[in-house]
Amino acid sequence: MTAGVDLGPQAQAIRSDEDVVRVRQLVRAVAVAVKLSLVDQTKVVTAASELARNTLVYGGGGSVEVTTVDNGRRRGVQIVFVDSGPGIPDLDLAFTDGYTTGGGLGLGLSGARRLVDDFHIDTSAETGTRITVTKWSR
Amino acid sequence: MERVPILKIGDILLVSIQLDMSDQTAVQLQEDLAERIVATGCHGVIIDITALDIVDSFVGRMLSTIASISKVLDAETVVVGMRPAVAITLVELGLSLNGIRTALNVERGMELIAAARADEHEYQLDDDPDAETATP
Repeated sequence: MTAGVDLGPQAQAIRSDEDVVRVRQLVRAVAVAVKLSLVDQTKVVTAASELARNTLVYGGGGSVEVTTVDNGRRRGVQIVFVDSGPGIPDLDLAFTDGYTTGGGLGLGLSGARRLVDDFHIDTSAETGTRITVTKWSR
Repeated sequence: MERVPILKIGDILLVSIQLDMSDQTAVQLQEDLAERIVATGCHGVIIDITALDIVDSFVGRMLSTIASISKVLDAETVVVGMRPAVAITLVELGLSLNGIRTALNVERGMELIAAARADEHEYQLDDDPDAETATP
């Protein structure tokens, strides 16, 4: 249907600092395969780095799945971050630039949302947090 | 854990980050640099990020922290070689890199440090003979 390398879904556990590096490399490989522009590759890899770190630091670890998506007109990369941590009690607050409970800069979540095209979050104290982001080729 | 090498060139410490750093490696670099500044008495630090595909908020914070630490230890920090796509992404991410001096490449970074030192010497009325030659 579409030209180019078609990578199936790729999973990666997020248990350590080194896993965050692996997530970046995996997302970059898929972003290159769907032919995102260099700027868009950089944006989606940066967003993935922020969210993977959140999964590790706030979610207590989890996993990520990276998939290529195709809406008929454009291809893109979709990344799903899953953890079974404590969830995010106040989403509005969590999306405020500069707000942090972890001693960081408070830009991870809000910044990552600005860097991707679609951003979806499900979070609860019972099931943890699941964030799905998509970056489409132009 | 991998470590980022720190090279001494004259009065300057040069760090060229050539690997995709884990957070731990970034923190280690911060500590190593502080120690090397004190041990060598260098007055300039150049961090070359030409090879970095991305700078996320953690690495951005590390760069700001290194700049602050080196200032306290009487050294100027200049970050050089940022890729255009990285600059665009940093701004959108919301990271302003406050307090960080930047230059396009290592050569300009060295000029910037030399100029900053020369200004300081003039201000302190220091009679260091090198100060004059460093003035642009």
